[in-house]
Amino acid sequence: MTETLLDISDLSVRFFTYQGIVRALEDVNLTVSKGEVLGLVGETGCGKSVLARSVLRLIADPPGKISAGKILFKGEDILGASRRRLRTIRGNEISMIFQEPMSSLNPVFRVGNQMMEVVMLHQRVGKAEARRICIDMLNQVKMPDPEAVLSKYPYELSGGMRQRAMIAMELSCRPELLIADEPTTALDVTVQAQVLTILEELTRRQGVSVLFISHDLGVIAQICERVAVMYAGRIVEIAPARKLFSNPGHPYTRGLLRAVPLVDEERETLNVVPGVVPGLIDPPRGCRFHPRCAEMLEACGRIVPGPVEVEPDHHVACHLWGSGR
Amino acid sequence: MASLTRKSSISLFENYRREHAWQIREFLFTLKLLSRNPSAVAGFVIIVSMVLIALTAPLIAPYNPIRISLSERLSPPSLVHLFGTDEMGRDILSRVMYGARISLRIGVLVIAIAGGLGALIGAVAGYLGRQTDNLIMRMMDVILSFPPLVLAMAMAAALGPNLNNAVIAVAFVMIPKFARMVRGEALAVKEKQFIAAARASGAGNVWIILHHILPNCFSSVIVLATLILGETILIAASLSFIGLGAQPPTPEWGAMISVGRKFLMDQWWYPTFPGLFILLTVIGFNILGDALRDILDPRIRR
Repeated sequence: MTETLLDISDLSVRFFTYQGIVRALEDVNLTVSKGEVLGLVGETGCGKSVLARSVLRLIADPPGKISAGKILFKGEDILGASRRRLRTIRGNEISMIFQEPMSSLNPVFRVGNQMMEVVMLHQRVGKAEARRICIDMLNQVKMPDPEAVLSKYPYELSGGMRQRAMIAMELSCRPELLIADEPTTALDVTVQAQVLTILEELTRRQGVSVLFISHDLGVIAQICERVAVMYAGRIVEIAPARKLFSNPGHPYTRGLLRAVPLVDEERETLNVVPGVVPGLIDPPRGCRFHPRCAEMLEACGRIVPGPVEVEPDHHVACHLWGSGR
Repeated sequence: MASLTRKSSISLFENYRREHAWQIREFLFTLKLLSRNPSAVAGFVIIVSMVLIALTAPLIAPYNPIRISLSERLSPPSLVHLFGTDEMGRDILSRVMYGARISLRIGVLVIAIAGGLGALIGAVAGYLGRQTDNLIMRMMDVILSFPPLVLAMAMAAALGPNLNNAVIAVAFVMIPKFARMVRGEALAVKEKQFIAAARASGAGNVWIILHHILPNCFSSVIVLATLILGETILIAASLSFIGLGAQPPTPEWGAMISVGRKFLMDQWWYPTFPGLFILLTVIGFNILGDALRDILDPRIRR
């Protein structure tokens, strides 16, 4: 449990555009332990997907560039890995599931061809064996009639089925880390629940660690053990899920939690965090949240707050907890 | 598995029909659309007859196309020689029929070479983008900046006048047309999620281009190929006409017209029939290609 699988330290990613340099990620520190499900929450555009893609070095370069930091996977430096090594890591050891199941499968090939291709290449098995593995995986994701699904084209499957097919495909190679980039965002709520249950069961059974990205706190609460909150390219709070939800430390986290609408609540308007996410070309100095923060201190506009351990395993990057208090 | 082998072939067929009901329906729908479009039907009929003539020429041609019979030289169309004979007494109908084999073979070869290379070049340029794209596409622009016939002539003349070189020359001229179109498609396809997913699964550039980009461009390559086939045949015939393609006595349409043009005043049938066949074939491919483009385009498919 305590063995570290993925260790991201001081990671900074920039995009060089005509408008200027976008500081998409700034000094991100994050670890994922073996068998752990780590949630990553934040608003749209705060850098969640960039972080996910950086781990597999899928950032388009140019315009993107990982300008500083280290990503260690089982102690191996991913940023320094050769192209060849990187290709074996991708898919074999780290897999990724994307946001839109609608376009994650190639429309011109049958689902079976695509799945078997991956299995045959990564596990070096023959066609018949690959087929057996695929059917087995599809059964595990509770796909009805796997045999028939293999000979179908992606357009013949529903969104939930496609996403399950993707999960089956990515987990068929038994990776050690699965990066799920908002895998259920495009699905409706009931299908979302199904897919989440399947994902949770399978990863637990295979002992896969998961970096689960979402902007949906409900989803995060359901499956994650530890949660990291991102704001404007920085991680502002990391804590075990229970502690984060019962005792949020960062004003932004509190705002997010307050913004979740509850069904039995009698209220006309939604609670929102005032203001919008700042542009990352010229982000606010100091704490990037301070222009929207209700509890702003004098130091917030000048000094970037470092993470403070407010209780065991609960880190908050905010001056309210630090020396500024 | 055991139950599968016990199934009769009829139930296998039934299975196929059930599993592929959608595709079969779409295919029948395509045929229906085609049959409702009169010019498409005309083009289709012309092309199918040309292909049939080409395939069965040795069986249906009344004479050997290179048999010389000086006693019958330059005889006008009659029941013995439907299209008349040429200055060596060779039967023009037979020669035109054999000519269909040559022209269609050139067309198919050129499309195969130009389509294959052009699509690959376009996919590489579109997928890799940036400098590679710039370099490749500017090279294509250079080729495109020449009139196709002039460039094909220069190439064929430089390589030496024979049929194979004519094929190479015409294919070379046609490559940019395919490359440009496929590049455009590749630019759109490469932003799709499944490309990112493939990369995340460890696929390399070569694999992605061959397995993801190219298959997704296939349908438009087919349409373009049909549209270009007519032009290809015309250019190839033109090369033969000016003596840079097929050499006499090969019964090539362009070469026949070339020799026959000095007989146009007194023996009109000599250059007229091969010319008519070129005309028919090119028109046939063009209207069929136009119709296919309309029918296969999902936006105006009704």
